[in-house]
Amino acid sequence: MSDLIKLSLADIQKGLKAKKFSASEVTSAYLNEIDAANPKLNAYVSIENEQALSMAKASDEKLAKGTGGALEGVPLGIKDLFATKGAHTQAGSHILDGFKPEYESFITNNLWQDGAVMLGKLNMDEFAMGSSNETSYYGAVINPHRASGSNKDLVPGGSSGGSATAVSAFLCAGATATDTGGSIRQPAAFTGTVGIKPTYGRCSRWGVVAFASSLDQAGPITRTVEDSALMLASMAGFDKLDSTSVDLAVPDFAAAVKRGVKGLRIGVPKEYRMDGMPDEIEKLWQQGLAWLKDEGAIIKDISLPHTKYALPAYYIVAPAEASSNLARYDGVKYGLRVNGDSIDEMYENTRAAGFGAEVQRRVLIGTYVLSAGYYDAYYVKAQKVRTLIKRDFENVFNDGIDAILTPATPSAAFGVNDQEMKADPVKMYLNDIFTVTVNMAGLPAIAVPAGKDKAGLPLGLQLIGKPFDEETLFAAGRVIERSAGLDFTPKKRW
Amino acid sequence: MSVDADIVRKIGHLARIKLKEENLAGLADELNVILGFVEQLDEVDVSDVEPMTSVIPATLRTRKDEVTSGGYADKITSNAPLSEDNFFMVPKVVE
Repeated sequence: MSDLIKLSLADIQKGLKAKKFSASEVTSAYLNEIDAANPKLNAYVSIENEQALSMAKASDEKLAKGTGGALEGVPLGIKDLFATKGAHTQAGSHILDGFKPEYESFITNNLWQDGAVMLGKLNMDEFAMGSSNETSYYGAVINPHRASGSNKDLVPGGSSGGSATAVSAFLCAGATATDTGGSIRQPAAFTGTVGIKPTYGRCSRWGVVAFASSLDQAGPITRTVEDSALMLASMAGFDKLDSTSVDLAVPDFAAAVKRGVKGLRIGVPKEYRMDGMPDEIEKLWQQGLAWLKDEGAIIKDISLPHTKYALPAYYIVAPAEASSNLARYDGVKYGLRVNGDSIDEMYENTRAAGFGAEVQRRVLIGTYVLSAGYYDAYYVKAQKVRTLIKRDFENVFNDGIDAILTPATPSAAFGVNDQEMKADPVKMYLNDIFTVTVNMAGLPAIAVPAGKDKAGLPLGLQLIGKPFDEETLFAAGRVIERSAGLDFTPKKRW
Repeated sequence: MSVDADIVRKIGHLARIKLKEENLAGLADELNVILGFVEQLDEVDVSDVEPMTSVIPATLRTRKDEVTSGGYADKITSNAPLSEDNFFMVPKVVE
């Protein structure tokens, strides 16, 4: 049955409908693989064996009758950030110890309504704060890929590192993920998988543990572009319980995958050519442009002048919103409580013990920039810069650009416990330099595996689209995937 | 702008996070690295620029002011570390 796990989500869907295998078989195959691989990779923080098998059985009954939803019987992994009723939901944090929601997030509810099967909850950086999946209370996730000839463990990126590793190592057919500054696209690039952050408002945030509410957006990580289209179609949609959810029909994303790029205008922003960027990344970028041109796209040089200010503005806006959102973890309503002599001391003790170092750092920064006397100098200023970043994109789209091609990350995956990044938080933050602009402007963007570096590690390209035009990203992403024609299967060591 | 150990202690209290006295200086250094990084924004001319309030053009939806959900205090308190009769239990607040 080990060949079942290697199928794409689309092929699992087809195989189930054609009764070539059952949902119970494919679910068991994934559960077996998780048992074998998880001690080494640490992708799952909770494996829901019983629930998975009972959901699969229910799917088999529907499939036998020829009924069932679009994802009937398809086994998925769910990032620990999504509320799943009665199941582990701790956002990778100690402070939510033992929390089992009484309700289901809008997105996971959509997936189960469409027949998908939940295998378990996926590891992540604590409260989605991190770019290496090393800030999790449950320990680091390990990238299934290694440099050729090396035994060194590499990070899968973050914060959706568990999602990216699980998809890359065939521990699920697809996974949910979330992206506040690059947390879907950077791990996808590091693991040779596809990840799309849809337009802000496309996927409901209801039941997704909040980090920075004006930036947070959920999306899928999958092994192919087509699979991402299929999964996003189920995840997306209007939800009246999220005041920023957009009441727009969900397009036929799968149809868009086959559309091609003939006549599309692809922008190449000169500001994304960073000093010290490895030659391999530059070469990959040029290769990506050549592929799109070969299929009939028109390549145009563009300028997004405020690009370099996106990351510093992000490190005001995101911690500010986080410090406010994380105020709810007080030892009263759920999770951990550490007692103290007064209620204030109980709050302080609980939050000191419950939050890890990176979360504490960001809550402190956020509290500082929002404190009396500093609000205008930091937060308001950052939101003004954000207006300028968004305006940059509006200008190029108004000039007729359909999508923008950039590298997804400034490097391939780096080592676990990297000392330089440990010593300097800003070095770690620079991982998101190409992805964070998109969150600041609320735009959709997809990361597609497009090449490998000298050591054989995956490298990704990013396509940025107009608001609510994920379809063009699927079309162009597919062209890059097909043109690259590479196999990103990691060498098995579990 | 930069912070020192005293300011970090004060921010820690505002954020309701107990910080160890011996960690304050190190934390101040870390926060100053981040504050130094965001200071790049001073290069940008933002006069006549409106701060962003919504990343997508949207107005908040309104609805009838009526009860749409509730009546499940047991569920609300089911995850509380300490509760009694569907009330959250906290250390004594009023003398």
